[in-house]
Amino acid sequence: MSAPPDAVILRAEHLSRIADNVAIVNDVSLDVRRAELMGIVGPSGSGKSSFLRLLNRLDEPTSGTVFLAGQDYCQLPPRELRRRVGMVTQRPFLFPGNVASNLRFGPLQRGETLPDSEVSVLLERVGLPGFAPRDVVNLSGGEQQRVSLARALANRPEVLLLDEPTSALDEAAKSGIEELICKLARETSLTCVLVTHDRDQARRMCQRVAIMEKGRLIQTGTPAEVLHA
Amino acid sequence: MLKSLFHSQIALGFAQAALASLLALAVILLARRRNIHLESDTAVALLRGIVQIVAVGSILMLLLKGPRWTSVFLLTGMIIAAGSISARRAKNIPGAQKVSTYSIAAGAGLVTAIMTWAGVIDTAITTLIPVGSMIIANAMNTNGLALNRFRSEVLSHAGEIETALALGAAPPETVARYAESSIHASLIPAIDNLRSLGIVWIPGLMTGMLLSGASPVYAAIYQFVVIAMILASSGLTSLLSTMMIRNHAFSPAEQLVLKGDA
Repeated sequence: MSAPPDAVILRAEHLSRIADNVAIVNDVSLDVRRAELMGIVGPSGSGKSSFLRLLNRLDEPTSGTVFLAGQDYCQLPPRELRRRVGMVTQRPFLFPGNVASNLRFGPLQRGETLPDSEVSVLLERVGLPGFAPRDVVNLSGGEQQRVSLARALANRPEVLLLDEPTSALDEAAKSGIEELICKLARETSLTCVLVTHDRDQARRMCQRVAIMEKGRLIQTGTPAEVLHA
Repeated sequence: MLKSLFHSQIALGFAQAALASLLALAVILLARRRNIHLESDTAVALLRGIVQIVAVGSILMLLLKGPRWTSVFLLTGMIIAAGSISARRAKNIPGAQKVSTYSIAAGAGLVTAIMTWAGVIDTAITTLIPVGSMIIANAMNTNGLALNRFRSEVLSHAGEIETALALGAAPPETVARYAESSIHASLIPAIDNLRSLGIVWIPGLMTGMLLSGASPVYAAIYQFVVIAMILASSGLTSLLSTMMIRNHAFSPAEQLVLKGDA
């Protein structure tokens, strides 16, 4: 029996992280439902990116844990967890080489070779058909971020974490990436957690929004409920 | 000039050391004018250097009268000290001292043991200690260079490394490129020494052999042997230390723990 569409896929339970005696994430509990685009909004230094890094265990929580599809993520091997919970960062950090080799990187870690046909499908999905042989040094900022998205999708994640994916882009590239993320989330029923400091962006893209301040989660709801002008 | 002023060999030695130190300090003062501050590091290093080398000279004087196996203890002590000194180049990497000591012990120890067993290095304390210490000292320098380079590479590529981790890569895989470049960079001095041997420099050991009346051709060949041994031990040390240290840059949950300013 398949899970109901609003089932919780990712549950953060009392997550905290203390670094240098400062609680950068302070007792945050949050449910992310399957196939929703959830926004984490807050000013710089509010702990939203630090919270996101705890969700795929790039950093270790000082206390609390995360449940992925009901399973405590401490019980999962880190590599399996990170395959299932993908991440796209503000800077794409593409690996030297061509676009295809970047897309193949994730599956290759598990000994799988992504066939040319799948590379093409992924590139078409992110709006870069025919880009496979291109050297990544010749790509624009927007194109690099699209490759970064396709690279994360090549792992077939259940949840995609997006850490300010448009903040390093110009306006045109920014709206292109916004549309792309919304389209991917809608068409593939991919669960996304988007960190942004831009309330308008959260309003445009997200079904639900969580507001963070000083490491704490202070409010959760629909954009209309929590994002006042 | 100094020789005419000092009649005792020990006093002459200290006078020569003082003059050499003054030259080094003059260069440091010159660097200071360009805002490069090395004064305290250099002063401490010079002081430590003279105290340590005089202590070793005194110990050697005593050991020369003792059995040959005592040199093993002295070389072991040198390896432990070398591990501790070169680990400082790997600031913030947990376990760096252990990694350095094991790597230098394996690299320098293995090469010294093989060459002593083959009869290339004489077991006499007067040969084994100076040649062994040269091998250990060079292994220490190479290890320090390798760890320092690895640390800088990891710190300046933290974004790329964490991106690879986030895509499900194994930690050693994410830093393999930086480990390779660290090994390469650390061996440049040893390779250049071998390449320039006899053309740019005539090392001290050969000079010593010539002064003590050895055939110049044999002294030259033996010098080559020593430099090649240094390359072998340095290479092995660098290889082992970077292989071991790359696991120390990560937590058991495969998180990058080596962070900070490059």
